[in-house]
Amino acid sequence: MIEIDRLEKSFGSNRVLDGISLQVRQGQVVCIIGPSGSGKSTLLRCVNGLESYEGGEVRVLGQRVDRSRPEIRSVRRQVTMVFQRFNLFPHRTALENVTEGPIHAAGESRASAEAHAHELLARVGLTGKESAYPSQLSGGQQQRVAIARALAMRPRAVLFDEPTSALDPELVGEVLTVMRDLAREGMTMAVVTHEMGFAREVADHVVFMDRGRVVEEGRPAELLTAPREPRTQDFLRRVLRPLD
Amino acid sequence: MTWTSFLRDGREFLPILAQGVWVTIAVTICALLLSTALGIVWALMRTSGKRWLEWPAMIFTNTIRGIPILVQLFYIYFVLPEFGVDLNAFQAGVIGLGVAYSAYMGEVFRAGILAVDAGTIEAAESLGMTRARILSRVVLPQAVRIVLPPYGNNLIMLLKDSSQASVITVAELSTQARLIASSTFKNQEVWTMAALLYLCLSIPLIILVARLEKTFGRR
Repeated sequence: MIEIDRLEKSFGSNRVLDGISLQVRQGQVVCIIGPSGSGKSTLLRCVNGLESYEGGEVRVLGQRVDRSRPEIRSVRRQVTMVFQRFNLFPHRTALENVTEGPIHAAGESRASAEAHAHELLARVGLTGKESAYPSQLSGGQQQRVAIARALAMRPRAVLFDEPTSALDPELVGEVLTVMRDLAREGMTMAVVTHEMGFAREVADHVVFMDRGRVVEEGRPAELLTAPREPRTQDFLRRVLRPLD
Repeated sequence: MTWTSFLRDGREFLPILAQGVWVTIAVTICALLLSTALGIVWALMRTSGKRWLEWPAMIFTNTIRGIPILVQLFYIYFVLPEFGVDLNAFQAGVIGLGVAYSAYMGEVFRAGILAVDAGTIEAAESLGMTRARILSRVVLPQAVRIVLPPYGNNLIMLLKDSSQASVITVAELSTQARLIASSTFKNQEVWTMAALLYLCLSIPLIILVARLEKTFGRR
């Protein structure tokens, strides 16, 4: 469904993505882990056309992703994104945040968009918060609204860019629960995350990235407990036991 | 000056000053509309990301900001006729003040647009919205909230600066006051009345701006 082929991207002289290849198949949950600055978020942003790229290719549902062409909008409607800092529209209520895309990007009728939005907000546990503004919600609630907003487009896949990194620790769980339920329902997901527990439990496939390349990838049980590469071992040791 | 004589003079002068008040209000409203419309154009040009739009807007607004309003008014009223552009005093005053203030309004709007969280624009992009929709649904509604308080401040300044149009014979409040003062020599009475009338116009605006700051400062 998402095919990344020898993708290259630089910011100035800094090579962020160095010929990276990756696949996400229908119904698969792929977790991308790795140190800060390894290019994980940039990779996800390239899939959504929020960044341009210089070499290689990204294809979504067989269509080439090119942010300079108008067709990018149909790609984005089919593969939506959840951001680290939620990026909700602060001047709109939770319900309006969720209906914004369907009504103003997909041309859905207000009545059907609102019915769907009520359903989605219930699904992420926010019934009763429909008319709250983002500033009146906790970080965890805001991120769940953002997930509902991404789902409102009835996407084929959802990209998560460190969805819990900006949250207070006690709010991480409520967001991960929603994501796990979504994975169980068969949603195709690409998740950049530092939550190793989530990766182990939910992912079908884990990718370890460093310096713009895939260092190692495999099933979570193998990669997270018995990594082959020294760099993966080093990273996991620091993440899992930071005080050693 | 005693209270009784002040009130007696008031009864005599206020009708004449009132004519000036109406002209002041008319000049202010017309110049506000012109400066807002032009200001939005400058701000959109300067935030377009396209050099051929950014540069002309930047050069124009900075030129306007660098020339006193008084000189601009003289220019429009006395120099433009030499090029065949004949305007009456009211038109020249509105255009002069409107264009001058469009530079300040443009800067306020530009700051408002730039203050919109880039993340919300990316979120809109990631939903597949078009540029026009993103501008009208995401950028401008947020920018308006940010911009309202400084916009209100500019409005108060515009109201007071409308008195500068008196130099090109626009019969606004301060012009009327000077006419009465120079013919009656009652400077103290006349200018006190003029000052009070200006306060009557600007204090409601000041309260309005404070309200806006309260309402929109929070969210």
